[in-house]
Amino acid sequence: MKLPIYMDNHATTPVDPRVFEAMKPYFLEHFGNAASRNHVFGWQAEEAVELARQQIAQLIGATAKEIIFTSGATESNNLAIKGVAEMYKERGNHIITAVTEHKAVLDSCKRLEKYGYRVTYLPVDKYGLIDPDDVKRAITDKTILISIMTANNEIGVIQPIEEIGRIAREHSVLMHTDAVQAIGKIPFNVNSMNVDLVSLTAHKIYGPKGIGALYVRRKNPRVQLVPLIDGGGHERGMRSGTLNVPAIVGFGKAAEIAMAEMPQEAERLRRLRDRLRDGILEAIPEVYVNGHPTKRLPGNLNMSFAYVEGESLLMGIKDVAVSSGSACTSASLEPSYVLKALGLGEDLAHSSIRFGIGRFNTEEEIDFTIDQVVSAVTKLRELSPLWEMVQEGIDLKKVQWQTHH
Amino acid sequence: MAYSEKVIDHYNNPRNVGSLDKNSPDVGTGLVGAPECGDVMKLQIKVNKQGIIEDAKFKTFGCGSAIASSSLATEWVKGKTLEEALAIKNIDIVKELNLPPIKIHCSVLAEDAIKSAIADYKKKQAALEQQQLNR
Repeated sequence: MKLPIYMDNHATTPVDPRVFEAMKPYFLEHFGNAASRNHVFGWQAEEAVELARQQIAQLIGATAKEIIFTSGATESNNLAIKGVAEMYKERGNHIITAVTEHKAVLDSCKRLEKYGYRVTYLPVDKYGLIDPDDVKRAITDKTILISIMTANNEIGVIQPIEEIGRIAREHSVLMHTDAVQAIGKIPFNVNSMNVDLVSLTAHKIYGPKGIGALYVRRKNPRVQLVPLIDGGGHERGMRSGTLNVPAIVGFGKAAEIAMAEMPQEAERLRRLRDRLRDGILEAIPEVYVNGHPTKRLPGNLNMSFAYVEGESLLMGIKDVAVSSGSACTSASLEPSYVLKALGLGEDLAHSSIRFGIGRFNTEEEIDFTIDQVVSAVTKLRELSPLWEMVQEGIDLKKVQWQTHH
Repeated sequence: MAYSEKVIDHYNNPRNVGSLDKNSPDVGTGLVGAPECGDVMKLQIKVNKQGIIEDAKFKTFGCGSAIASSSLATEWVKGKTLEEALAIKNIDIVKELNLPPIKIHCSVLAEDAIKSAIADYKKKQAALEQQQLNR
């Protein structure tokens, strides 16, 4: 077993060696510009791009022409939201989204609010789920877009997209979903899920960074967008710029592998995740699983370790790369807004860790991680005045804390 | 963000972890911070008849820098008079541990913990004197 162990696969994934092999020829030999129509270099590049488009479309049940390549999911989210807002501004100015969305969605919406659009940010329940009835109630005759992520990047909760999509369709409102964490992990079909725009990225499915896509429905309804980036009119005029051919080839290959291996891989990840969860829960008290018990991504585990601060816990398990739910590492010192939206107290939000189990994690690594977590939490609780007070029977909620910030 | 070697050393081998009897008249206890802010420090001092801090203990809920700041604070106050301990400034802790700007609040909290422990000790002593006067 090699240390450190990578277990932060919601942040990014390593490139699968098969993906890397597929990309290689497109750097040195087949380096052509896919838009060059006059020679074999261009044709080869175009052919490779079209194959990738097909592979990605298949993974989500779409047709190749509906795939627009972008620089990544942040751009896809920006393009979907701002592109629709601008295109359909005569029809309305209202957008519905949720408080637990990714910042690329939330901040795109905030930008639009500055330009006079109205945005409804739906709440979530204690599991992070959106109530489709809340969506229905929020729709007005001015609503042009609903944007709800398929699976959350922190707690892995899977939203009822099919139902929300049906509501959107009944009201002739466009439906966008950021499906970055879900694609390749759980079955996804643009038609059965009633979605019109889908943000995708390669680097969460063992493809390269810097390449993403936006699915844009062509029929029933035909979705139109105002582009963010103007230029040579690539990608049906929705996203100009020379295509990143090697990355697109890698994205396609990654999608093909994900499609072929998803059933077995999801099962394996679920087993590893449950082993990690149960191993920790059985060894130490006062550990809580954040998110939904069953409606969640197979490789996701998010836990709060009461009376232990998240960043110090990360230090204690330094041989395992995971992520802390509290953004104490950033300048903000704010715990995760997603965990706070679940109604988790700030103390538990500060005590949370996100494990993202991926294709290359092994059972041995899971067992090593259990040992590391258990010994670090035990040590830090010995060090924790809160743990000591609770053992003495003091109710922490009744203590007058001296706060400074 | 990488931690300095000194922070890692204090985290791996925290000095003076533990608790003193908070009801003892010669012990002063400081409890600062709040769980929802992500850090709570408990720092205790035991003061002898000569007014010297002869023992100090801490427990901290917080990031590695918070643990290191309080661990260092217990090392520094030991053997000092109350006046000398009160002279310890957060900036001294920042320098010793090479804390980055976003972790300065950890050193502030450690300074507060020292002051709070000393204030608690002085309050206890004042109450004792009052009792003796009333007797």
